Amino acid sequence: MNTGPRDMPENILELRDVKTHFPIYSGFLVKKRTGSVRAVDGVTLSVAQGEVLGLVGESGCGKSTLARTILQLVPTTGGAVILNGRNLGQATRAEMLRCRRDLQMIFQDPYASLNPRMTVHAALAEPLLVHGICSPAEVGSHVDELMRIVGLAPRFAQKYPHEFSGGQRQRIAIARALALRPKIIIADEPVSALDVSIQAQILNLLSQLCREMNLALVFIAHDLSVVRHISDRVAVMYLGKIVELGPAADVIDRPRHPYTRALVSAIPVPDPAVERSRKRIVLAGDPPSPINPPPGCAFHPRCPYAIARCREAVPPLVPSGPSREAACIRLGELPELSG
Amino acid sequence: MPLLTVSDLRTHFHTRNGIYRAVDGVSFSVERGETLGIVGESGSGKSVTCYSIMGLIPQPPGRIESGSAMFDGIDLLRCSPKVARSIRGKRVSMIFQDPMTSLNPYLRVSEQVIEPLLIHEDITKKEALSRALEMMEAVGINDAARRIHFYPHEFSGGMRQRVMIAMALVTRPELLIADEPTTALDVTVQAQILDLIRRLQRELGMAVIFVTHDLGVVAGLCDKVQVMYGGRVMETADASTLFKSPLHPYTRALQRSIPALQPKGRELFTIPGLPPDVSKPMPGCAFAPRCGFAADKCLASVPELVSVSPGHSHACIRALAGEIGADA
Repeated sequence: MNTGPRDMPENILELRDVKTHFPIYSGFLVKKRTGSVRAVDGVTLSVAQGEVLGLVGESGCGKSTLARTILQLVPTTGGAVILNGRNLGQATRAEMLRCRRDLQMIFQDPYASLNPRMTVHAALAEPLLVHGICSPAEVGSHVDELMRIVGLAPRFAQKYPHEFSGGQRQRIAIARALALRPKIIIADEPVSALDVSIQAQILNLLSQLCREMNLALVFIAHDLSVVRHISDRVAVMYLGKIVELGPAADVIDRPRHPYTRALVSAIPVPDPAVERSRKRIVLAGDPPSPINPPPGCAFHPRCPYAIARCREAVPPLVPSGPSREAACIRLGELPELSG
Repeated sequence: MPLLTVSDLRTHFHTRNGIYRAVDGVSFSVERGETLGIVGESGSGKSVTCYSIMGLIPQPPGRIESGSAMFDGIDLLRCSPKVARSIRGKRVSMIFQDPMTSLNPYLRVSEQVIEPLLIHEDITKKEALSRALEMMEAVGINDAARRIHFYPHEFSGGMRQRVMIAMALVTRPELLIADEPTTALDVTVQAQILDLIRRLQRELGMAVIFVTHDLGVVAGLCDKVQVMYGGRVMETADASTLFKSPLHPYTRALQRSIPALQPKGRELFTIPGLPPDVSKPMPGCAFAPRCGFAADKCLASVPELVSVSPGHSHACIRALAGEIGADA
C-alpha cells in the first residue's frame, strides 16, 4: 500500500501560492471592474513523480479552476506553477508547447471532449504528428499500441466517438492523453459521468497506468470513496483554498479539519447497519460565494466549532500529524472523532 | 393491502431503430409508510418504471404493453384521464433529478407551490398561500415568507430541490416518487435533503419510492431495495438482507465494484462487457452475457423472480438451484 510520498523521487509539479481570480465587470455603458471571483486563492501543493494526488471539494470550491490553472488554460493572477523546475507562467510560447507534452488532461464528459467528426485513429494520431513523436509512416502502429494500452481493440480505430459507450469514450480520452508520454496527467472528474460497473474499470485502468508508466496523476473528484481508493495523498479544497492535506486513507478515515469531518460524514455508506447507527454532521446552508468570501476562515459560517477568533485571520496550513496538514486554528481543541 | 401494487409492467418504445424494451415485466409493491429503493445503472429502466406509474410516458413512441399499477384499488394505467388527474399531484407526487428544469423559470415559486392545492382542493388562494408557506418552512427554507415570492433562479441548487419537495408534498400525498433527487447535488447538500425526506416521511406517514444509482443512499434511507437491470428486476430484499447476503450475481458484482466497500488499493472487481442493448430481444436472463456464472440454461428462458424467504426474492436460476456458493 502506498501511504505517502516519502520514498518517491522529486516533485514533478509544484504550486506556490497559486491564485486565479476572475474579474467581474458591471455597469451599463462604461464597464468597470467591480470585484473578482477568487476561484483559486493561494494554493501551495506538490506532486511527486508516480504519485496520485486526489483533490476533493464541493462544486464551486475551485478544483476545476485549479486544474485549468496548472495547464495554463486560464491566466494565473499570482504565484507560480512549476513543472519539472520550469515556471510555466514565465515560459515562452515555444517552451510552453514543449511543456504541454509532459502535462495532459482528461475531462469529465467523454461525450464533449472528443471531436465527433474525428475517428479514433484521427484523434490519437493528431498529437503524435503535431509534436513529431513519430513519422507519419509509424502512426498506425503507435495508435494501435495506444489503444491496446487502454484496453480497446485496435480494429475499432476507424470508428467515430458516437459508436462507443461512455466508458469506452473515456478510454479513448485516456489514450489521447497518453499519446505524448506525459509525466503528469490532470484528470477532472474522470469517472463521475460513468455507471458504477464502468467506473471500476476506468479506476483500475488509471491506477495500473500510473504504476506501470510511473505517471503522476492529479485526480479531481467529489466522490471521497473513489479518491480514497485511488490516491496516495489527498487535498481537500474549500472556497479556493486547501484546508486539509495528507495521506488519502488517513485523512478520510481520521479527518482533522471540521470541513473534512462534515464532508466525510455526509457520504452515505453502502452498509445499512453502519449507515443507520453512525452520527452524522449535517452542515447548514450552502458554500458561500467566492466573490465575497467570509473574513478569516472561509468555513466559519457553517462550522459547528467556530469561535470569534476564526473570523479574524485566514488560518494557514499547519502540521496536524505525520505528513499531514490542516488549516484550522482550533485543531488542538476539537473533540476527538468517535465512530 | 399494499398501497401500490405494480404487476408485470412492460413499457416499450417503438422507434425507427426498433423496439426498446425499457421496462420488461416489472412487479413490485409498496406498503403504506414504506420506503422502496429502486437501484440500477443507467438504462436499467428504473426511471421509466416511475414515469409509467405517473402517466408521464410520451405515447407514441412509448407504449405500455401490459401490466397494471393498482393504487388503493384504482389501476393507474387504465383509469380514465379524469380519475388519473385527481390522483396525480394529490395522492401521488413526484420529484425529479434536476430542480432547475422542473421548475418554471417564469413563475414565482409561490405560484408553483400553491398550484397543486388550487387544482385539487376547494381552497382560496390566501389559504393556499399560508399552507404553501408552512410547507416551505417545513422543508427548511429560511425566511420563507419573503423568499416564497422569489423566482427559481434566485435559489441555489439545494434550495431549489427543497422548493420541489415543498411543491410535491403540499397536498400531503400518500406516495412520493423521487427520481434521483440528490444526484445533481453536492454530498453535504445531499445529506441535508436525505435527512429532510426521512423526517417528512415520518411526519406525514407517506410511502416513498426512491430511485437512485447510489447504493450508499439506499442503505441509509430504504426499508426495501429492488435491483434492476435491463428493464427487469434482478433481486428484491429488505435493505439489510440485500447488503449482507445478496444472492443474485448482478447484485454481488455491483457491490464488489464500489470502491467504498473494498480495501484501499485493491484492484476493483469489474463487470466485463457493456450494459445490455434493450432494443435487441433478450431471450434469457438479461445479465447472462456479462455474468461469471452463466450457463446454457440461463439463455434459454427469462428467469422469474422467485421468493426464497419472506421479503427476499431474486431472478437467478443458478443461485436458486444452489449452484452458486455463498462465498463465490
